[in-house]
Amino acid sequence: MYNIDFSVGIGGAAGQGVATPGNILTKLFARRGLHINAYNAYQSIIRGGHTFLTVRTSDKPVRCMGDALDMLIPLNQDTMDRHLGRMRPGSVVLYDGDKLKPTAPASGVQLCPLPLGELAKNVLYYNTAAVAAVLRLVGVRLEPFEKMLVQQFERKGETVVAENLAAARAGYDYAGARFKRYPFSLPDTGKRLAVATGNESLAMGGVAAGVKFYCAYPMSPSTGVLMWMARHARQLGIMVRQVEDELGVINMAIGAAHTGCRAMCATSGGGFALMTEALGAAAMMEIPVVCIDVQRAGPATGVPTKTEQGDLWQVLGAGQGDYPRVIAAPTSIRDCFHLIPEIFNLADKFQCPGIVLADLLESEGFSSFEPSELDFNPPRDRGELIGVSGDAPDANGGYKRYRMTESGIAPRAVPGTPGHAHVVATDEHDEDGVLISDEFTDPHKRQAIMERRGRKMDGVLPLLDPPSFTGPGDAEVTLLGWGSTDGVIEEAVEQLAEQGIAANHLQVRWLVPLQSEQIRKALSGARNLVIVENNYSGQFARYLRSETGIAADAHIRKYDGEPFLPHHLTDGVKKILAGRTNKYVPVHEIRV
Amino acid sequence: MGELQTETRTQIVSKPREPQLTVKDFKGKADPDWCPGCGDFGVLNALKTAVAELGLLPHEVLTISGIGCSSNLPGYINTYGMHTLHGRALAVATGAQLGNHQLKVVVTGGDGDGFGIGGNHFVHSMRRNVDLTYIVMDNQIYGLTTGQVSPTSRKGMKTKSTPFGSVENAINPIPLALACGATYVARGFSGQQKHLVALIKGAIVHRGFAFVDVFSPCVTYNHENTHEFFKQRTRKLEESGHDPGNLQAAFEQGSQWGETIPIGLFYKRDGVPALDELEPVLAEGPALAHRRLEVSPENARALVEELL
Repeated sequence: MYNIDFSVGIGGAAGQGVATPGNILTKLFARRGLHINAYNAYQSIIRGGHTFLTVRTSDKPVRCMGDALDMLIPLNQDTMDRHLGRMRPGSVVLYDGDKLKPTAPASGVQLCPLPLGELAKNVLYYNTAAVAAVLRLVGVRLEPFEKMLVQQFERKGETVVAENLAAARAGYDYAGARFKRYPFSLPDTGKRLAVATGNESLAMGGVAAGVKFYCAYPMSPSTGVLMWMARHARQLGIMVRQVEDELGVINMAIGAAHTGCRAMCATSGGGFALMTEALGAAAMMEIPVVCIDVQRAGPATGVPTKTEQGDLWQVLGAGQGDYPRVIAAPTSIRDCFHLIPEIFNLADKFQCPGIVLADLLESEGFSSFEPSELDFNPPRDRGELIGVSGDAPDANGGYKRYRMTESGIAPRAVPGTPGHAHVVATDEHDEDGVLISDEFTDPHKRQAIMERRGRKMDGVLPLLDPPSFTGPGDAEVTLLGWGSTDGVIEEAVEQLAEQGIAANHLQVRWLVPLQSEQIRKALSGARNLVIVENNYSGQFARYLRSETGIAADAHIRKYDGEPFLPHHLTDGVKKILAGRTNKYVPVHEIRV
Repeated sequence: MGELQTETRTQIVSKPREPQLTVKDFKGKADPDWCPGCGDFGVLNALKTAVAELGLLPHEVLTISGIGCSSNLPGYINTYGMHTLHGRALAVATGAQLGNHQLKVVVTGGDGDGFGIGGNHFVHSMRRNVDLTYIVMDNQIYGLTTGQVSPTSRKGMKTKSTPFGSVENAINPIPLALACGATYVARGFSGQQKHLVALIKGAIVHRGFAFVDVFSPCVTYNHENTHEFFKQRTRKLEESGHDPGNLQAAFEQGSQWGETIPIGLFYKRDGVPALDELEPVLAEGPALAHRRLEVSPENARALVEELL
C-alpha cells in the first residue's frame, strides 16, 4: 500500500483547452494502475465562462472528487483568483508565469510559475511543457509521456514530434531545477486501468446488454451516449439515429423493440418529460424498452450543465395510469455500465419499460475501471420471446399475445413470425389483442387485465440484489442515499470514523420496485437516520416515507448545481448530532 | 414451422407473387366500429385487397396506427398490428422498419393524427425516405372527439370548436409531402375502390416513403366534405395525361383545390435509396431483430483497448 491520494484541478475559460492536460494526466495515471475519479464543472457556453476539471488519483479506488486540491493549474487569471485561496499547505500552484499573477497566496502553498514562452517554441506546446512539469513534481518518469507524444503527433511529421518532445523535456527539467517536488512519488502498480466517462459507461452498458437500436435527441448532459454510440455504430452493428424530438425518440425505440431488438434511448429531464406518455404505451403494449434520464438541475431548462437528483418524482409519476415498470439509479460511473444489462434483463423478462435515473455527476465525470470488469457478454435473459432467432413453434392458430397467465407474463411473438400475427394496442385490450375500450367496455375483463399486468411485478423483487448496507450495526448515525451519492457518502463515513463518529450507510439503487422489506430491516437499528440527496425538497425522503412509513430524523440536501463534497456531509452530520439542525444545506465554497 | 420469410421488398417488386390468400383471409379479429357509411370502410377494403393481390402473407405485414376513428384499422386486418399513441405512428413505424427491414410496414391514420399532433414525424419521415406506406384517411374533421376542426378543415368551416368558422388556413398535404421529399405521393378517394387499390398497391411496392392521402368522408360530423362533394369534384390524374415523374407538374396538380380536385399518383421517383438502404449497419446480415446479441471477442477487446 502506497497510500497516495492526489488531486489536481485545472481551470480556464471554455475553449481554452482545460480538457487536454486533464485527459493526458488521467491517461498517464491510469496507465500506472492508479484509480481515477474526475469531475468537470462547466457551463452552457462554447467559449468563455469558467470550467474546472478536478482529477483525483490514488492507488486505492476513489469514488468521489474529494475535498481539497494538491495542485492547481489555472489557465487564466480568473481561475487563479477563484481557487488560490482554497489551496491548502503543501499544495502547488503551477501556472504560466508570463501571463498570470498570484493574488494573496495561502500560506504554505508553493507557487510555481513556468516561463512557458521560453520552454515551448509555440503556444500549441504549452500544455506539453506544463504536463511534463506536473510529472516531475509527482515523481513520474518522462518516458511514458514522451511515448504518448510520439504516438499522438507521428502523423503531423517529425518537426511537430521533435518540438513537442523538446517542450516536454524543458518543462520537466525546469520544474526539477526550480521547484520542490511532493514528498511522495506516484507509484506504478504494474497494471493498467481503463478510464471512461459515465456517458461512455452507459453506452458500453448498452453494448453489453446487446442493444441493436439506439436513438436520441441531443440533450445535455446525456449527449455523450449518443456521440459514443454514433462513433461505434458501424463497428458494432448498432442502428443509431438522431431523431426530430424526444416524442419521436421513445416511440422509435418502442417500434424497434417490438420487432425484437434490444432498444435504448437517453435524454435529460426535459426530454424525459416528453417521453412519458410513450412509456405508459410501452407498458400497455408490453414492449421492453430502456430509457435513461441523465438528470440535470431543473425545472424547465434549468441549469443545463449542473447536476441534481431532482427527477425522482418525475420518473415515479411518468405517464398516466398505473403501469408496471422498473426504475433504478446507478450508484457510480462504473455502475452505469453494470446496471444497463441488468435492467434490460428485467425489462425483457417482465415485458415492461426500464428507466435508468443517472445524473450529470456520473455522466460527465470519469472513472477508472479494472479492464476485467468490462465484461461485454454478461448474462442475458430475453424472457419468453418467440421468433427472434428466425424460427417459431406452431401456434395452431391459437396464439394469444396477452394470455391470462399465473405469473402475468405471456409469451411475446415478434412481427414476421408466421402463425402469430396479432395486434398490440395502447387502448385496453383482451387476451387476443382486441380492444375492449370502444364498443363494449367490460369491467370484469378490465379488472382481470389490470391485475395480470400488475402481478407481473411480483416477480421482480426476488431477483434484485439487496441495497448496499455498510458500516457498524450500532452506529451513531445512519446515512441513506440513492444513486450517484454512494461514493461521497462512503468517503464521509470514513472521515467521520477518523473523527470518532461511528456511521453506517445504506445506498438505494432500485427505486421501483422499492425493496421496502430490506430497507426496513437495514434501518431497524438506526439511531439517527439522515437522508442525503442532491435536491431541494427531499424527493427520496418523501418517497421512502410513502412506501415504508419511515421518516428520517434529519436531512442533508444540496441544490446549487454542484455535487456534494465529503466534508459537506461530515459538517452536516456533526451539526445534526449536536442538535443544531435537522436539515443541513451546505454552501459550495467555490463559485464555478 | 418453416424459416422466416426473408424476401425484401425490393425482391417482391422484381418478382410479383401469385396471390395465395383472398381478401377474406385478411379479415381481422374484430369488426369495424365505424359509423355506417364511413369512408374508412372503403380504405380498409382497398388495403386488404391490395395486400392480397400482392401475394403478401399476414405475418409479413405490420400495420401501425395512431389514435382516432381511422386508427382503429389495425384491429380490422389480419396482419401484425400496432395501435400506438395519438400522432406517434410514424415514429414507431420508423423504428419497426429499421428493426426488421424485411417487414412491409403500412401506417394508417387520420388527418389530425398525421398532420396535427404528429406533424413533426410526418415531415421527418419523408425527408428520411423511410420505406413505409402511409395511408391517411383524411376526413377534414376530428371525428372520434365528436367534430372539431382539423388541420385539413377548410378555412371558414364551422365545427364544434370553430362555431363561427375557422380563421386558420388548411394544410394541403400533397405539396407538403412533395416539399419534404416523399418519393411516392398519391391521393385517392374511398369511393373509387379500384383506383384506390391500385394506388395502395403501388405504394406498398414502392421502395421509400409512399404517401397516400385518401378522401374518406365522415358521415356524422362533416356535412361539407361529403361523399357527394368528392364524387362531383375528383378527377383522376391518370386520365389527364399527368406525368408522375415531373415534380413541378406534381406541385401544380397537388395545389389545385376547387371545382376540380385531382386524385391519383402525383409523383413517383424510383431509385432514391430508402433509409435502411443508406445505413451501412444493414448492408449485410439478417434484420437487426434477428441478430445475435453477443459481442465478438475482437470487439470487446477493442472497446477496452480504447480506454487504456
